[in-house]
Amino acid sequence: MTITSPVETTVPSGDFPFSSRFDFVRLSDFPLIPVLILSTIALVAIFANVLAPHNPEIGSLTARFKPPFWQAGGSTKYLLGTDQLGRDVLSRLIFGARVSMVVGFTAVIFAGAVGTTLGIISGYLGGWVDQVIMRLTDTWLALPALTFAIFLAAIVGPSMWNIVLIFGITYWTRYARVTRGEVLSLKEREFVRLAIVAGCSKFTIMLRHILPNILNTAIVLGSLELGVVIIAEATLSFLGIGVPPPQPAWGLMLADGKQSLMVGRWWLSVLPGCCIMLMVLSANILGDWLRVKLDPQLRQL
Amino acid sequence: MKQYITRRVGYCLLSLFLLSVTIFFFVRVTGDPATLLVEPGASEADIAAIHHQFGLDKPLWVQYGIFLASLAHGDLGQSFYYRTPVMELYLSRLPNSLYLAAVAMALSLLIGIPSGVLASVRVGHFWDNFGKMFTLLGLSLPSFWVGLVLILVFSVYLGWLPSSGAGTPLHLIMPAFALGWYFAAAHMRLTRSSMLEVLGSEYVKLARLKGLPQSLVIAKHAFKNALIPVLTLAGINLVIMVNVAIVVEVVFAWPGIGRLLYEGITFRDFPVVQGVVLMGGTMIVIVNMVIDILYAVIDPRIRLGS
Repeated sequence: MTITSPVETTVPSGDFPFSSRFDFVRLSDFPLIPVLILSTIALVAIFANVLAPHNPEIGSLTARFKPPFWQAGGSTKYLLGTDQLGRDVLSRLIFGARVSMVVGFTAVIFAGAVGTTLGIISGYLGGWVDQVIMRLTDTWLALPALTFAIFLAAIVGPSMWNIVLIFGITYWTRYARVTRGEVLSLKEREFVRLAIVAGCSKFTIMLRHILPNILNTAIVLGSLELGVVIIAEATLSFLGIGVPPPQPAWGLMLADGKQSLMVGRWWLSVLPGCCIMLMVLSANILGDWLRVKLDPQLRQL
Repeated sequence: MKQYITRRVGYCLLSLFLLSVTIFFFVRVTGDPATLLVEPGASEADIAAIHHQFGLDKPLWVQYGIFLASLAHGDLGQSFYYRTPVMELYLSRLPNSLYLAAVAMALSLLIGIPSGVLASVRVGHFWDNFGKMFTLLGLSLPSFWVGLVLILVFSVYLGWLPSSGAGTPLHLIMPAFALGWYFAAAHMRLTRSSMLEVLGSEYVKLARLKGLPQSLVIAKHAFKNALIPVLTLAGINLVIMVNVAIVVEVVFAWPGIGRLLYEGITFRDFPVVQGVVLMGGTMIVIVNMVIDILYAVIDPRIRLGS
């Protein structure tokens, strides 16, 4: 994979006068903490069944509303307390990481695949194909994404894979727009023309010559979109139209925790909220860093 | 100019058409509305009667035509749950939403603009870094969680503010803050970049060369021009705010259209869900169009460029 974008040289380098291939490796401003947080969450999600001390979906009603261990009445058996059904909050948070990770990543990849494909086809083929796809993108872009996702989720019914599908079809527009713009400049370049002369088919050119050069941009966009999708998933789950109970999603835990907030059971809503915040914050910082490093064209976004 | 406006209005109509088609077909395809209206185990004849009553036995495209025709009359159908027209419900809730959005917007501008200006004047210094932190947090914290934490602190522990409902100005503080928080961050980021752009321009340099004091250059020359994009964004955001307030309205039991949408979802009241989403989408599409046209009126480069 190429590391720097090939169109970089045509862009005024701005505050990066020595931008070069090796700039990427310079680790001085590498967002170490966010990456550590994200990889920890990923590891926790993968090894959830090993790490979780209790079953996240089955509680004991005799142990309802236990506070975290450092508060009076808490015990080390339930480190972060229990919820209204006596389920262990820590175990639910651990399994909730899995839901957020799976939904976040698959939705971003799915939306990215749809958007990038449409963008490449639109930009490379041009003509009426371009017109149709871009009009579709424009109209789709004008619709409010989250409201639309809420509508679709309310109609289709709650399920994790429905959510992924819904985000895929609501969040692809940005990829299509940006990708198309880049393809327009790429297809005028020497290596594409040489490929045409060499007799490559349109499909081969798009797949083998254009796509690898677009990948950087798509990755940057995806990392920026990750935070948006995770918040959107939490929002849908919070509204009861996302991941269905008793599956432990962070947004769902927040919604449940809301009921007993007024009696001061803070751990039921503050803890899942902190998890969402940490994950989204890390994704955003990483996305910003990638944007500056990989793609100068996107700095303005 | 005329051509540009015609084309832009055309796109807008296309968007609205797509919106209505998508909403109409999704509601029809994913389930028979009649089954929601009758008792479980109702006879075939009862279901057929309901189908006939609501025109569900006609072909889909005829149904779509009727749907569009009633939309043109401002008729969004009848709520299953409240048994009143959806339009009536919507209009009765809309003022509350506008009120909340207006206060949240004022709050976000009051926070966002001064901190954005401050950050642009002190690039790389404390205020700029502080502002960067603030925008990151603002864009990363889900508004419903901000709301819950506010309730926990100000209602449960301190007991200063009512946790839910509407009525007094006190009821407004927390929802407005929870809703305005994200937008404050967005406005701050835009104010900063817009100020930086203006500060680097020739006429600001000239003002400086004339020997004007820094405060005058910033307040009189730079700030005014830098404000234009911010206020434009604020205009769009106001409409967006009305439509994304759903989670904040749910957290604070604020009786706006977001809460109406939520009730529609919980009671499986599809005419309400369909109506609220349709109205929200229409509002946003139209505002986008108006802004685009206004831009073209102000800036000839836009209408000639495309």
